[in-house]
Amino acid sequence: MSDPREFSSAVQPMVNPLASSPQFHVSAELEAEVQELISHYPEKRSAVLMVLHEVQERFGFISQESVMWISGKLDLQPINVLELVTFYPMFRQQPVGKYQVKICRTLSCALGGAYELHEHVCNRLGLDAHAHGIQTSKDKMFSVEFVECLASCGTAPAMMVNEDFQEGVTTQNADLMIHECRKKGN
Amino acid sequence: MSTAVKLEAKSVAAPVEMMTVNVNGRSVSVPKLMPDHNGKPVPTTMLQACQVAGVEVPHYCYHPKLPIAGNCRMCLVEFGLPMMGADRKPILNEDGSPKIAKQVLPYDPSQPRGAIACATPISPGMEIYADSIATQQMREGVLESLLINHPLDCPICDQAGECKLQEYSVEHGQATSRFVEEKVHKPKRVDLGPRIVLDDERCILCSRCVRFTRDIVGDDALGFVNRGSYNTLTHFPGKPFDNNYTLNTVDLCPVGALTSKDFRFQMRVWFLKETKSVCTSCATGCNILMGSREGKIHRYEPRQNDAVNSCWMCDEGRLNYKWIGREDRLKTVMIRRGNAPQVVGKWPIALAEISARLNAAIPGSVAIIGSSRQTTEELWLLAKIAKKLGAKTDTKVREGEADKLLVNADRNPNSTGARLTGFLTEKAGNNIRAIVEGLKVGSIKTLLVFGEDITTLGISSALLDTVDCLIVSEILPNATTAKANYLLPGCAHAEKRGTLINIKGRVQKFMKAVEQPGEARPEWEFLNELAANIAGHHRFVSIEGLFNAMAQDIQPLNGLTWSSLGDQGVTIAI
Repeated sequence: MSDPREFSSAVQPMVNPLASSPQFHVSAELEAEVQELISHYPEKRSAVLMVLHEVQERFGFISQESVMWISGKLDLQPINVLELVTFYPMFRQQPVGKYQVKICRTLSCALGGAYELHEHVCNRLGLDAHAHGIQTSKDKMFSVEFVECLASCGTAPAMMVNEDFQEGVTTQNADLMIHECRKKGN
Repeated sequence: MSTAVKLEAKSVAAPVEMMTVNVNGRSVSVPKLMPDHNGKPVPTTMLQACQVAGVEVPHYCYHPKLPIAGNCRMCLVEFGLPMMGADRKPILNEDGSPKIAKQVLPYDPSQPRGAIACATPISPGMEIYADSIATQQMREGVLESLLINHPLDCPICDQAGECKLQEYSVEHGQATSRFVEEKVHKPKRVDLGPRIVLDDERCILCSRCVRFTRDIVGDDALGFVNRGSYNTLTHFPGKPFDNNYTLNTVDLCPVGALTSKDFRFQMRVWFLKETKSVCTSCATGCNILMGSREGKIHRYEPRQNDAVNSCWMCDEGRLNYKWIGREDRLKTVMIRRGNAPQVVGKWPIALAEISARLNAAIPGSVAIIGSSRQTTEELWLLAKIAKKLGAKTDTKVREGEADKLLVNADRNPNSTGARLTGFLTEKAGNNIRAIVEGLKVGSIKTLLVFGEDITTLGISSALLDTVDCLIVSEILPNATTAKANYLLPGCAHAEKRGTLINIKGRVQKFMKAVEQPGEARPEWEFLNELAANIAGHHRFVSIEGLFNAMAQDIQPLNGLTWSSLGDQGVTIAI
């Protein structure tokens, strides 16, 4: 592709931040769950974050189709929901790996070697440590991202692998983690 | 006193409560409440108080016709408030004047605390320092921040010349940049919708476009994604920004982020001559500015008139100008005798022959089909001729769908004028059947047609062949002009002056932007001559004289003069 800054009058379609999921299907169970969530709030739109969590829980990420469905359910425009999804980094805009590695980069962990740890993990998994946002490995096993404070400043650097919390992580610990996850496989 | 003036006076509200504040060392009395974007009275802001005082406060996100967002921070000003004692009484200086406390940061009292003028209400005795060093430093700081990621591609930017970022940089910015890091890159040339292209790197995130389309149009189509350093204006993928008002966001955009596909790269704005005019695409009569250069119109833009269109106009009306510069415009007088083909003729000969024919016509043997796209003056002159000849008259009805904002169901710009001038004696469209019958049985021998293709009104080309004398004034060729015995080339509204009366009775004048092609003439000029020859009418030499005489003649217009219409027009009782 040519330099995107090159002068040209040809217009381009917008880059879609959300992955498409043509198979997006709403089960009766999800429908009922969303109705239940909506009933907790005086206004429909107030339920939007909870509904997004519910959808991500079930599908693993927020697809373009799911945003259309959610906005319809809550009497919102899809752009309103997209604004939210792109604001919170924990809402996934693309399918992510089976193991989601979150490395804390807030002050204590940054001083404690979080950047070195992040670079090491990325290099091990063939990812670009300097790219913006979450990175997913080709085999869809791992996703790596920086997060803000995991509330373990005394034992920096801290890291989470899915729901498993790890403290004082060294590059050896990280290698071991990768090895064990691979062993568990899919 | 005319009815027109009375109506204006009635809308003035009861005496307003005032408040005194100090702007740049000068006391000014400002209303306690001023209208918000909906016209609802709300507490007056510092920015409005400065405007009353004649002091301009630079701003990007603030717009008088949009809800206040307060996000650009450009209107930050230093200010002070009267000090209060423990007894809730003002503390006074030795000379008896109230002591003013300049507002400072609570955590660092050596630093002034600015407030955004657009969203901070005034209070009694407040002092606003819109020119102070601290205020200037705040503006410098905000501009520096806005320019950090801005591409500075002014040489190829359509907004250059009318860009607030450029203007304020000249006034308040710094000559050099301290920024040495890599700029954030964002999407370029984004196809936002059928008429809009977006450059996200130029966007300063003021949200004017978002608020306009959400709160004024009711089409919540735009939003910001990736809030933070990568904050990006966009629409939802697969849902293009496509309503009938999208191009207003191009006017609203204070920078060159939103550009019109139609105007993009067509003309540098500083070359455009701006002419005050009125849109002719429907009966609303939105006030516009025509941007033209060297006889070519390049764009229409809305011109603020709160009695008609606020600051907006629809896309359909805005883009309806290309026909004016069409190559096939009628440029010469054409005369056809008997069954011979049309040949090029001369104005004096054509007008003399038409006058003679009409003067000799048996009363009732002439019919006139005019157009509610014509100016009030032209319709009035036509009405005089029609009355003298006992002619049946009609116009073409143009109906479309109305919307909630500006577009009227009546797509003719001057239906009210056609009625008030007496050109239409019946409801528009009611006489056409009788005229067709008259043509068929031969009782109507002479037909005058102005600005309409009457073959679209149930008068076939074959029937036109049977008419003794067909006199047509038109701008573009059509099936009717092909049959004319006398074809008189006319002017688009951009090429002449005149008035239109909108659906609510607003009489508005429009000015000439460009020259007419070839030998085309403004219709009022030759109608004036015909009316003099046929109805013994006074010969007017200017549109001013013609309008003033017409206003004397038509009761609802009574008391108006061309100059009293001003730029914004006058509402009359209709």
